[in-house]
This record gives sequence, structure tokens and C-alpha cells, in this order.
Amino acid sequence: MSGHSTYQPKTGFERWLDARLPIVRLGYDSFVDYPTPRNLNYWWTFGGILSLCLASQLITGIILVMHYTPSADHAFASVEHIMRDVNYGWLIRYMHANGASMFFIAVYVHMLRGLYYGSYKAPREVLWILGCVIYLLMMATAFMGYVLPWGQMSFHGAVVITNLFGALPLVGPSITTWLWGGFAVDNATLNRFFSLHYLLPFMIAGVVILHIWALHVVGQNNPTGVEPKSKADTLPFTPYATVKDGFAMSVFLILFATFVFYLPNALGHADNYVEANPLVTPAHIVPEWYFLPFYAILRAVPDKLLGVLAMFGAIACLFALPWLDTSKVRSMRYRPTAKLYFIIFVVACCILGLCGAKLPDDPVLGHFKTFTLGDADLNSFVWLSRFASLYYFAFFLVILPVLGLVEKTLPVPDSIASPVLSHPAAAPEQATAAPEMKG
Amino acid sequence: MNPSADTLALASTEFDLTKVADGQQVTLKWRGKPLFVRNRTPAEIQKAVADDSASMKDPQKDADRVKPGKAQWLVLIGSCTHLGCVPTFGGGDYGGWFCPCHGSHYDTSGRIRKGPAPLNLAVPEYEFLSDTKVKIG
Ligand code: HEM
Ligand code: FES
Repeated sequence: MSGHSTYQPKTGFERWLDARLPIVRLGYDSFVDYPTPRNLNYWWTFGGILSLCLASQLITGIILVMHYTPSADHAFASVEHIMRDVNYGWLIRYMHANGASMFFIAVYVHMLRGLYYGSYKAPREVLWILGCVIYLLMMATAFMGYVLPWGQMSFHGAVVITNLFGALPLVGPSITTWLWGGFAVDNATLNRFFSLHYLLPFMIAGVVILHIWALHVVGQNNPTGVEPKSKADTLPFTPYATVKDGFAMSVFLILFATFVFYLPNALGHADNYVEANPLVTPAHIVPEWYFLPFYAILRAVPDKLLGVLAMFGAIACLFALPWLDTSKVRSMRYRPTAKLYFIIFVVACCILGLCGAKLPDDPVLGHFKTFTLGDADLNSFVWLSRFASLYYFAFFLVILPVLGLVEKTLPVPDSIASPVLSHPAAAPEQATAAPEMKG
Repeated sequence: MNPSADTLALASTEFDLTKVADGQQVTLKWRGKPLFVRNRTPAEIQKAVADDSASMKDPQKDADRVKPGKAQWLVLIGSCTHLGCVPTFGGGDYGGWFCPCHGSHYDTSGRIRKGPAPLNLAVPEYEFLSDTKVKIG
């Protein structure tokens, strides 16, 4: 889609610069004249929202570092100092802590959008994989950031996650000692996490540039999953996409502000306002909400090594997705059966998230026991998480590969504009005005 | 990124056992990890010995987890062998320790009996300097 550039330098300076560093041309071609499919709906605004989140995390993070002390003896006190003494420190910290959650809300919507509309299919495999890399880096960044306030959850979360690597045969224990820089999570660990928490967001920014580059080579997907064929199928990025993205960002900022100003600790844990104590683990330790589904998969497997492998495998499925889905039809809009399985998949992910937050042996319904299956009662969260995990893997490894070969799909339109132009109910003039207004 | 020289130097510590009353446990910090020093009651010891032949994930005799003639003293690294949380005494199905993180049950000898942890709570290297003093590490 990145066709011929239509940029015309107007002033003498622009012509001079364009011959030496065509940066204005790059910006113009990417964000003004860039052709976007005319039928993009609001699910396509989350890329812009994600850029906003990254910028917000970078700015608030750099300000936090000006007041934060990375030391096991002083980190907790310095975060309290930020909250109580630093001018608007509470605002900066609440924006950063809740900003991480907003970032994950946006990334999950963005990924599910890709999953539903088949945005990972050829020729967008590399674009999708770069997105998965960003997601991995985000998880690492958020995990290490959560350790920095050095509260009880920070500390014991760090212990549990670093010990995951200890499950690897032979090399495990040496890897954990190497990660810790000692015999346990301690000052050395905090300092290296701080160093990496500062570095990784800039690596994310780098991969985001690659992600957008790949996007501009292959072009955006759209709700029909049909590639744009003519000028009738696209609209220029500015003003159409800029305005739509801007409106979505404003709505998203309302949600963000609601959390920052009215519910700043709703997504956190009270235990993290207790300073880290290596000798006592909080009775109920859970990760941040955005890790809960993976945590549930980890706990669903009774074996330590297999549990860790299942958890990483859940992420690996995302990377392999472009080659797991065999369907020739891109968008699930024309795949009624796939759409059904997709909805169950979203529900399964939510159930996994719920299971991750509960104690494994707690009953799901009421307070009664049914019968013991293996190591736990059937009416328990651990069994619920087993069923949900099974579906999670089956969706990627069985349903998508098989369904693509056997399902009956609906007719796909010839082009983005054609279903609208040929719609019997619409007169031609109204029809051409309609697509960009439809959500 | 491996441990620096000053971290490695923190290797050993001495502990006065008179601080631990009968049936009590003291938790101290050793190499950044909790260390349990438990003064076991005869009932706890009996229970541990009686279970020596029960089926276990990591079979070990109670006598192999204490020093000869000092069955009363159980010294353990208080770090769950699953993912490193600190188990609490008095919970679980076997009268020993219970790990709140993912539900591992240890018996009164610190052996894993139920849950995801693969190994018994580790016994560190230690020696009795006198009847009331141990050197750990
Ligand atoms: C991808 C972007 C980022 C994410 C997802 C992220 C996430 C987090 C999270 C979840 C916390 C814990 C908040 C809390 O509970 O207190 C945190 C803390 C922190 N972050 Fe970030 N962060 C990001 C970028 C940055 C950047 C770029 C910097 C600095 C250059 C930074 C500096 C800090 C500092 C100093 C803390 C400790 C103070 C505190 O706990 O509020 N972060 N981060
Ligand atoms: S850390 Fe103890 S059961 Fe997982």
C-alpha cells in the first residue's frame, strides 16, 4: 500500500531538507496521505491508544525515577515519599501504576481484534509476530516495574516468577541464582530489575517502529478481510483516521482518569503497601490482573516443570497462530462457526482470569463438595481452570487448524466498497457516504 | 550477573538454641532466605517416624533429616520447593507446614506430602558446636 509519494515540498526550506533528510515526506506519507480502508471500525483505534499509553508510561516513569531510590532499604520509603511529599507525586505514580493496567486493557482488545478479523494471516505474519514481541516485552516490563515499590506483593511475586526458571532441568538453579545475583531475591535483584525496567520500554518503542513499518508495507486489514482494490476502497489517514483515533483516545482517557482519580488502588493489592518481608509470605498471593490467565494455566498443571511449560506454551501459541489457522477466509465476519468458537475462547480467557484470582481448592458453586477427581474436588477452581486451559490450547492447536479445512463460510464481498454500493436498500448517493459512518 | 564476592561472604551463621522453647519455631534470615529452627514435640517426631514408610514424592526417613540423637531439632530452609514462598506451620493436612501460594502440604519432618512442590523442604548444611549452639552453612 505504501505506493508512490504525493508529498509536494512547498517552501524553499522544505525542498532543501527533503533532498537531504526526507523526514517531512515520511511523516506526510505515513500519517496524512496514507490510504486507510474506508470501513475501519472502532476496534481499529486501539493501535493509536496503545501509542498514547506507551508515551504516558515513558513520561510518568522518567519523572518517577527522579524521586525513586533503587535500594532494598530505601525503595519502599521513597515510593511513600513520592506519594506524600513530592509535588503531584501521587498523580504521577497513580498515572504510572494505573497506566500499566490501561496499557494491558488496550493490548488485549487490540490482540483480540487481530484474532477476530484474521489480521495475522498472510501477508501480515511478521506484523503479528512483532506485536507478540511487544506483548512479551510489556509483560517483562510490567513485572519488573511491579517489583520496584518493594512491597510484600512485589517481593513475593518476584520470588515466585524467578523461581519459575528453577523448574528447568539441570540449568534451573544456576539460572535463578544468576537472575537474583545472590541466594535469594534481594538488593542486587531490585537493582537489576530497575535497570531493565528503564531499558525495556525503549526497546518496546523500537519494536513499535518496526511494527508500524511492517504495517505500512502490507497495509491495514479491515472488517471484511478483503484487501483494498481501488481508490474507492480507501480514504486518506488525515482527517478520517486521525479524527476517529482522536475521539477514541479521548473516551479511553475518561476511563483512565476515572481510575486515576476515583479508583486509584482498585486494580492493586493492599498487601503491596506493606514493606517487603522475606520471612512472611502474604496468605493470598496473586499477580496483577493482566497476568491472571497465565497464572491459572500454571496452577492448573500439578507438575512444576509441565506447569511452567504450559504457561510459556500459551504465549508460544500466539506466535505460531499465522500457521495454525488454515482458513482461506480472513475475517470471522464470514466464518459463523469460527465466530462461535472465538466467543467461547474469549469467555475461556475470562474464566482463566477469574480462576487465577481464586484459591485453587475453593468451590466454584456454593459450598458443597461433589466428588474428588484426581487431586481435587470437581467443584473447585483448579478443575475449572483445567477445563478452560484445555479449551485455550484446543482453540489454537485443534479448532483453528481443523475448522479452516472443514467449515462452510459465507460469501465474501469482491471489494470493500461493493457490498455497500450494491446494497438494494440504499440509493447510490447515500451508499457512498455510508461506509465511513458505519461502526 | 552472578553473586558478587560480598554476597558470597554471607555464607554462615551461628544460632543459640536456648532461644527456642519446646514445640516452638524460630525463623531467622540466612542468605536472604528464611530458615526455620523448630524444637519438635515428641508427638511431632512420632508422627514423622510413623510416616517413614508412607508413599511420598521425595521419600526420605525422618532420621536422615536430623542430626543423630537430636531428633528434637529440625533445621529447614523455609522456602517452598515449588516456587519459593514461605510455608506457615500448623496448616495443611499433615500437621506440618502449609504453603499458601499454591497449596503444598508438608509433614512434621518437612517432607512434601501433597500439592505441586516436587521436593522436601531442604535441610541446610549445619553442625552442632555444643548442645545449645549450631553453626549453619
Ligand atoms: C511499557 C511501559 C511501562 C510499564 C508497563 C510500566 C509498569 C510499571 C508498573 C506496573 C509499576 C508498579 C507501579 C506500582 O504499583 O507502584 C512501575 C513502577 C515504576 N516504573 Fe514503570 N512502566 C513502564 C515504563 C517505565 C519507564 C519508561 C520508566 C522510567 C524511565 C519507569 C519507571 C518506574 C519507576 C521508577 C517505578 C517505581 C515507582 C512506583 O512504584 O510507582 N517505568 N512501572
Ligand atoms: S510456592 Fe509453595 S506451593 Fe507454590
